[in-house]
Amino acid sequence: MIETIVQVAADAVSLGGLYALSALGIGLIFGVMRLINFAHGDLITAAGYAVLLFASQSVAFAIVGALVAAILAALAIERAAFRPLRGADPATLLIASFAVSVFLQKTLILFVGGRPKGVNFLPVLEQQVAILGIHVQLLQIVTILVTAAILIALSWFLKRTRYGLEMRAAAENFRVARLLGVRADRVIAMAFAISGALAAIVSLLFTAETGLVQPRMGLQLVIVAFVSTVIGGLGNLAGAALGGFLVGVTTILLQSLLPEDLRAFREAFVFIVVIAVLLLRPQGLLPARGLRERV
Amino acid sequence: MGTRAVAAPASQSRLVAILHRGTPLLFAILLVSAIVLIADAGPVVIQRRVTLGLIYLIAVVGLYVFVGNSGVLSFGNVSFMAIGAYVSALLTMQRAAKAMFLPHLPALIGGAEWPPLAGALAGACVAAVVAAVAGLPLVRLSGISGSIATFALLVITNVGLGNWTSVTGGQQSLMGLPIYTNLWIAFGWAVFSLAVAFLYQESRSALALRASREDEVAAQASGVRIHRERLVAFTISGFLSGLAGVLFAHLLGALRVDSFYLDLTFLITAMLVIGGMASLTGAVIGTVTITAVTEGLRQLEAGFQIPFLDLTIAAPAGLGDALLALAMLLILLFRPDGLAQGREISWPVSAGRGSQPSVE
Repeated sequence: MIETIVQVAADAVSLGGLYALSALGIGLIFGVMRLINFAHGDLITAAGYAVLLFASQSVAFAIVGALVAAILAALAIERAAFRPLRGADPATLLIASFAVSVFLQKTLILFVGGRPKGVNFLPVLEQQVAILGIHVQLLQIVTILVTAAILIALSWFLKRTRYGLEMRAAAENFRVARLLGVRADRVIAMAFAISGALAAIVSLLFTAETGLVQPRMGLQLVIVAFVSTVIGGLGNLAGAALGGFLVGVTTILLQSLLPEDLRAFREAFVFIVVIAVLLLRPQGLLPARGLRERV
Repeated sequence: MGTRAVAAPASQSRLVAILHRGTPLLFAILLVSAIVLIADAGPVVIQRRVTLGLIYLIAVVGLYVFVGNSGVLSFGNVSFMAIGAYVSALLTMQRAAKAMFLPHLPALIGGAEWPPLAGALAGACVAAVVAAVAGLPLVRLSGISGSIATFALLVITNVGLGNWTSVTGGQQSLMGLPIYTNLWIAFGWAVFSLAVAFLYQESRSALALRASREDEVAAQASGVRIHRERLVAFTISGFLSGLAGVLFAHLLGALRVDSFYLDLTFLITAMLVIGGMASLTGAVIGTVTITAVTEGLRQLEAGFQIPFLDLTIAAPAGLGDALLALAMLLILLFRPDGLAQGREISWPVSAGRGSQPSVE
């Protein structure tokens, strides 16, 4: 009994962590330029294919390759697609990011084909470890630790460094931040670079878990991240992380609590909960200060 | 393009005023008629593509009725297409086909064999009812929260239909639908949809809703009942989307739940946003443009012969999809407010009393 509870808790916290990291990637970009970047999923995919390319050589190569691929891709789409659209209507930005996402995905299919490919990345993590007699998968412990480390590092960066301060200022009020000497291009490029790095880390954990890469692998994660940032409170990074975490935990709880014949409908229940949360808190669980409409 | 509201001379006849006012509808119907007449003389393949384009037009116009007037982006309309498609399919399929593909269907539906028109209307009406019921909570949300809630509706419908195996066949294709959608039937329904959207946008309810699109607080202070007006628009939008789904189903003759998911949502939303989501003219121009670009790229992939040379050039398969996304992105980069920039088409000379002042 205890063992089941701990295993479900480990599932819930590790999935929640993965979703929280995905949501942070979207939340960061939204903060500085009011763009919901649907192409974030394709950064995850890009990192996944970098892992596929380098996994046979060494683990370190694969990790560095994934980081470099996702960060470069993030900077490239910022420069080519989103910089000219800065300040456009949010609907236009969202559709533009859809278009970027479809473009990257279809281009990838053109070169590598649409079939999933197996990748043997860190098989060590699949083994079970016993903690106080309870078996938990090593990968889940790693996921939880990595998530915690990233959250701590990111909040240190945002609170204690100059660039972090600039980024928070830009998220609060972009125009005033620029007046006070924050350079728009630099702060936005940095947000994209960090979101690329987050995408790479999500991709590494996800690839290690599934052992597969395919052109649409980022899609499921980005959809969850997209929803999480909104229920957490758009424009608030703690909210994004909380939203992602809660969606992950809800998913696992429904998976283990729902009766057998309703389990196929799990996602539908998750999204019913999403609508319910939005009805109770339209601005999200932790509303951002800068977004409140002044009358 | 561009509208101006100028005080009209009293002598201006009523007919001219009506003509002025009806320009966007007239323009849309003339454009679509011209395309259909050309296609009618063309090969069957082109006719089929134009038929599909007309179905997309109905879906985009359906989406426009809610999105254009309320300003809340909806990702849920494709679920109404799915509902319309499945309702009409189940009501019009032959009993024998249903007994074979869906043996566990409730007897009431299993025994039904309705004529196409009745099935189409039933499909659209059920979609409208679902929109009205789902809309009750959804219309309370504005902006991005509203969009995410409609997105949640899309996921819920997809998961629901995809796993309700006894009625929809689940993840398997549902085959054996009567195929009746052709160029002229699609054209008739497209004109009907354009007229519905236009008449709605001329109504008091839509005007109030557009006021809330521009400034929610001010509209509320002026006595606009935002939730009610949004619900009206969402229901009409659900009806038209359902209709598009019905025609889509009876063009293909087979249904798959996943045809009504993200890809179709992206396509329909992109058509509306690229045309300019704040006007009916934009909805029409966006659909025509994207359909034309898609068709051009398909030709490119199929290969074309260079005149006077014995040489056929074909682009690699799949390039068309990537180029389509690129084309969409480029249009947005150069016209961020869409091709029509939120305006309705109007007479080039000074518009009269009937002209509709557009809100930028």
